[in-house]
Amino acid sequence: MSAVAGGGERLAVDRDGWITRAAIVAIAALLFLALVAPLWSILSQSFEDRSGAFAGLANYARFFATPALSYSILNSVLVAGVTTLIVIPLAFVYAYALTRTMVPGKALLTGVALVPILAPSMLPAIALVYLFGNQGMIRGLLLGESIYGPIGIVIGEAFYCFPHALLILVTALSLADARLYEAAAALGTGRRRVFLTITLPSAKYGLVSASFVVFTLVVTDFGIPVVIGGRFNVLATDVYKQVMGQQNFQMGAVVAMLLIVPALASFVVDRLVQRRQVALLGARSVPLEPRAKPALDLAMLAFCAAVGTVILGILATAVFASLVKLWPYNLSLTLANYVFEDFDSDGWRSYWNSLRMAAYTAVCGTAVVFAGAYLVEKGKGFAAGRQVLHLIAMVPLAVPGLVLGLAYVFFFNAPGNPLGFLYGTMALLVVCTVAHFYTVAHLTATTALKQLDPEFETVSASLKVPFYRTFWRVTVPVCLPAIVNIAIYLFVNAMTTVSAIIFIYTAQTKLASVAIVNMNDSGAIAAAAAMAVLVTATSATVKLAEALLSRLLLWRTQAWRRR
Amino acid sequence: MKALSASRPPYLTISGLEKRFGGFTALTGIDLVIGEGEFVCFLGPSGCGKTTLLRAIAGLEPQTRGSIVQGGRDISRLPPSQRDYGIVFQSYALFPNLTAAENIAYGLVNRRMSRSAIDARVAELMTLIGMLGSGPKYPSQLSGGQQQRVALARALATSPGLLLLDEPLSALDARVRLRLRGEIKELQRRLGVTTIMVTHDQEEAISVADRIVVMDHGRIEQVGTPDEIYRQPASLFVAGFVGTMNFLPGRSIGPAGVRLGGVDLVVRRTTVAAGADCTVCARPEDFIVRNIGPETPNTFAATIGDTEFLGPVVRARLEAPALGDTPILADFSLNAVTDLDLLSGRAIRMALPEDRIRVFAGRSS
Repeated sequence: MSAVAGGGERLAVDRDGWITRAAIVAIAALLFLALVAPLWSILSQSFEDRSGAFAGLANYARFFATPALSYSILNSVLVAGVTTLIVIPLAFVYAYALTRTMVPGKALLTGVALVPILAPSMLPAIALVYLFGNQGMIRGLLLGESIYGPIGIVIGEAFYCFPHALLILVTALSLADARLYEAAAALGTGRRRVFLTITLPSAKYGLVSASFVVFTLVVTDFGIPVVIGGRFNVLATDVYKQVMGQQNFQMGAVVAMLLIVPALASFVVDRLVQRRQVALLGARSVPLEPRAKPALDLAMLAFCAAVGTVILGILATAVFASLVKLWPYNLSLTLANYVFEDFDSDGWRSYWNSLRMAAYTAVCGTAVVFAGAYLVEKGKGFAAGRQVLHLIAMVPLAVPGLVLGLAYVFFFNAPGNPLGFLYGTMALLVVCTVAHFYTVAHLTATTALKQLDPEFETVSASLKVPFYRTFWRVTVPVCLPAIVNIAIYLFVNAMTTVSAIIFIYTAQTKLASVAIVNMNDSGAIAAAAAMAVLVTATSATVKLAEALLSRLLLWRTQAWRRR
Repeated sequence: MKALSASRPPYLTISGLEKRFGGFTALTGIDLVIGEGEFVCFLGPSGCGKTTLLRAIAGLEPQTRGSIVQGGRDISRLPPSQRDYGIVFQSYALFPNLTAAENIAYGLVNRRMSRSAIDARVAELMTLIGMLGSGPKYPSQLSGGQQQRVALARALATSPGLLLLDEPLSALDARVRLRLRGEIKELQRRLGVTTIMVTHDQEEAISVADRIVVMDHGRIEQVGTPDEIYRQPASLFVAGFVGTMNFLPGRSIGPAGVRLGGVDLVVRRTTVAAGADCTVCARPEDFIVRNIGPETPNTFAATIGDTEFLGPVVRARLEAPALGDTPILADFSLNAVTDLDLLSGRAIRMALPEDRIRVFAGRSS
């Protein structure tokens, strides 16, 4: 018999173990280059002067000493605050209607409310210009105020943020324990009191989380203020102007760092809130089934229909405007605005670029994200590596697109960077977009993987089947719905995003969202509307195709789910 | 009975095994030899370390110190993939998107076997578990018992040297559990594969195991055949954990006697020093009520209290002031109840044969 082995719990590493380690290191290195290194370079840039020497807080001091710039902070906070105050109550009532009442047509109402996700953020701004701008159809409603400025930004952002807040609040309100309501009813508690003592407290974490998300989205959004902001400066447009207009990279870096603050706060709050939300609902909770209350249901239907009409109205305005000859004087229909060659030298090429970029992002991104999540969740051994990978995967949630895009300029365009050859390529756009939207995709994958039996890997190891074979034969097929979900999420976001890539596109790789901004800048607003509608239609088509295809595909590949 | 383990060549030897999770010691001083072809059960309350020990053998939770030798090979530091075992979990862990047949073939496909050889092996295993027609079904279309049979067949497909069963029956309802445990035992006997099963159900362990390893607080309390565990428990813990037991507080009066209340009982032997506190253990079925004469040792008077009808026997709660204040549980066969009219309230005379008595130092808590 062998001597008794000493301390330590390390087992010899087998082939599977080495492959796992290599894959974790590879993906972590990839994320390091795509995320951590660029962010580091923008951070250090904000402390340097133009010659690259360390300048301490000089740039920050200069920023706050320049009234025009520091006013942007107040402006950003103002529009973000007002938008939050408008969106959260609207989204809360809408979510309440969807989860706690028997309002008819829930699927349709949900679908309508989510439409803004499919559109680039420029779309609502363009539609608002058509409705309330100098030639606006209903500009009288503004009582002489201009849509160009805070009013336009707030309305546009409300449209853009509504679905994001709604999704969070629907989740929060779905977590209801029927037993609490039954107990309240048994004690003869009035409706008002039930709402104030049970419903609102149970949703408070959702409300906090949604408020932070909306605030952050508004502060970091670029598309709406660039179209409709007029001379009302906000942080997001400042970055762009400092960098692209004045080539003042240091000041751009400072503004970018300021943009990170709300995003970081929102990230931290969300983490804290999620931990509590879980504890709120025990395993013994009974799900709440809403009951029909005709008066309430009708009132809710009226409310949801009104919100839905506004959303669809904004979308319809953009669609209609893109199809008429000369708004508002000649409303006869035409497809002339879709002949992009007449408005922009790149013409349709930017749309095809977007389509290619979105497809690459969906395919490569899904592969990397899912493999990474699998290694984090199911990998054996190398706990430190898995932890690091999971941590890096969380970073993008706290990094606004503008910051990431600018960071790419600093990092990949820096003289002497061996990766500089990537600058200006389609590949870099794809890397940037994957990194930008990594976290949500990673969490989706992790959630799906957590639902698998933790012993699958053990069983295959005992059967001497390498883990990648089980990954391919079992894990991937079982997680297929989540994988499709991730791919669609990445595709739609790649189609609509403008904030990150506005800094790193080149003439060869110009994207549709950039073309929207450019054409709008050059006064070709109808063509900009047309391109925005085209992008929205593409996202919508993909989303619909997903719904149809997944039904078909799942029916064929997921026979095992049927009993 | 002890010869059983000695007659088999050792297959798995565990020496000086210890497992810590941070400051918590989950296993300590584990020494165990399991013979080839033996069916061993790790039995104990939850948290006793039985599952941790199984997982250490499987390489899933590597031990902090100590060695494991399987079939002459030191596997202490080998990753799971380089060890030789099949494993079945409480959750079955069947691949949901593969059919029963594909699940069973899962480990075979990787072995450069021909398609027809694989098919033949799968058919053989499906027959073995009595599910020949169910090959094309998906796990969700099978009952819990069927799923566990498939999991068992999958673990056995590659003919591993060791079969590890981690509470394989706990998720099943009582009737299926009873049938399946018989099937597992029969299958194991037929294939002769060395098997370790973790269970917290003492009845299950007694019915299937060649030997039982009773564990508590990360230590092995006793290793023995079911008969030894039941009849000659090595500690108060084992005496209480397996089966029903009366614990009567007493005092030792020498190497062959114990004083209980006002009665001196003759016992086989006790190592408890004279005068020290001890606990006398006796099972309900060990008390006798027939053929008690004046020369019968260890007799005492008792009054029958509440009775409980258990089917083949009646369990009575007895007051026996002579033995102390602790009420005694005793089982009477239905015949005895009828013949001797053993009803509530009856005063009777009964005896406790000296070979049935176990004496442990200290008092049970």
